Amino acid sequence: MLVDTPVEPVEPNRHGAVVDVDVGPKLAPLADDLAAAALTLARRFAAGATMWCVAPTWPWHAHHVAVEFVHPVIMGCRALPAVVTEEDDLSAILRVLGRPGDLLLAVADADCGPVIDAMQRAPAWGLSTLWLGTGPRPRPGAADHVLWVGDGGDLAAHDGTMVLLYHVLWELTHVCFDHPGLLVPEPECVDDVCVTCSDEGRLAEVVTVVDADEARVRTATGVESVDTALVEAVRPCDLVLVHAGSVISIVEGAG
Amino acid sequence: MSPEATDFLYPFIEGDEHDSAPLLVDLAASARAKEAQSRALCIATLDRDAEMIEAVAGAMAERFQAGGQLFCFGNGGSSTDAWTVASLYSRPPTGTALPARSLVADQAVLTALGNDVGFELVFSRQLIAHGRPVDIAMGLSTSGSSANLLKAFSHAHARGLLTVGVAGYDGGQMAVSPDVDHCLVVRSESVHRVQEVQAALAVEVWARVQRAMGDTPPTPAPDHERSS
Repeated sequence: MLVDTPVEPVEPNRHGAVVDVDVGPKLAPLADDLAAAALTLARRFAAGATMWCVAPTWPWHAHHVAVEFVHPVIMGCRALPAVVTEEDDLSAILRVLGRPGDLLLAVADADCGPVIDAMQRAPAWGLSTLWLGTGPRPRPGAADHVLWVGDGGDLAAHDGTMVLLYHVLWELTHVCFDHPGLLVPEPECVDDVCVTCSDEGRLAEVVTVVDADEARVRTATGVESVDTALVEAVRPCDLVLVHAGSVISIVEGAG
Repeated sequence: MSPEATDFLYPFIEGDEHDSAPLLVDLAASARAKEAQSRALCIATLDRDAEMIEAVAGAMAERFQAGGQLFCFGNGGSSTDAWTVASLYSRPPTGTALPARSLVADQAVLTALGNDVGFELVFSRQLIAHGRPVDIAMGLSTSGSSANLLKAFSHAHARGLLTVGVAGYDGGQMAVSPDVDHCLVVRSESVHRVQEVQAALAVEVWARVQRAMGDTPPTPAPDHERSS
């Protein structure tokens, strides 16, 4: 074959197929992650959440997820509020539309800039996050639930792998609704020391700058005034860490 | 209220279940089982339809080589799968880009047609406007009997387009319609499993189209040639 001819997409396997039916299961390694994510979805929906669906590179996946939840194919399953947003600036629209308790679900590769930014800010808006994708993984902790098909191949966004992933997520979420006792909010931490609940450094987004030493910031629990004397000048939309009523650092890479 | 004597048969009936661990174990097992079902259906479908996949790809490659383009359409989840297919051809992760687009992408056109002439005609009217005899119409439906797809195939077939149906269940009316040149059927009653395997089938067809195109990327034919 000449070097400049189009590359054969994928060599057929023993079924004569290019779809990777011979490899081991792709979802099985993340079955436990899927289960935990489904329970989070069910709990948040039960509490009134809207799920914001985004997929900048593969917009069809966001639409498929949303229609799956809004208009279930199985009779008797409740319709759940899921909405696609296709704005270029995801953070700008999610900041104004997202309400505390909502969900943000992305189907995107790990280096998708708008998704990285929105996922990083989501805790300050009070959103729980799910990130579905394939290929190289996002950084640890990039979302509350990372559902990742590690080596899905070049075609994973097209060959039904992602569809299977969110179909199963939807199916498991509805199983959870048969267990109303488990749909109460996640239990509050009761330990003496808890990194999540203590004021170690809560993520916040600057709403307005009052003066050189004070700003109004948004956190998962609402808007509050904080002291900014310890850091350089902050600007609206800066992502900051708040400890004991003071901004202790400005989060790099956001803004 | 005192517990009923039979509550032990339905431990969660009063909503007093508090330990999520058993549920999470069940959910994970269910996830693995559903993947296994999807995979088994995929293998069975690819094995059974190998010849038809080759035939569809060969016919599509002829159209592309003659300057044709691909129109994809469907309803609901299938509309997003049609969009996936169009993107696979027009912006492939590897190989040669081929002209393809989704007929569900423009909400102004969809709502105008749906409102003015009825939803049954939202795809056929677009094919009347854009379709040339050299083109390809590919419709995805899990039931195989969506009215607007059948209308679209009817108009497309009458105009000489190559018509390709991708269906589920028993293929529905698409499987027996004389307006559908080729109908690939994923034989399952589960809409979810059908859609997953339809996507895999579409990739199989696409890969063979790529192979058939070889090293001769298509040259878009001028309109006057394509409509002749």
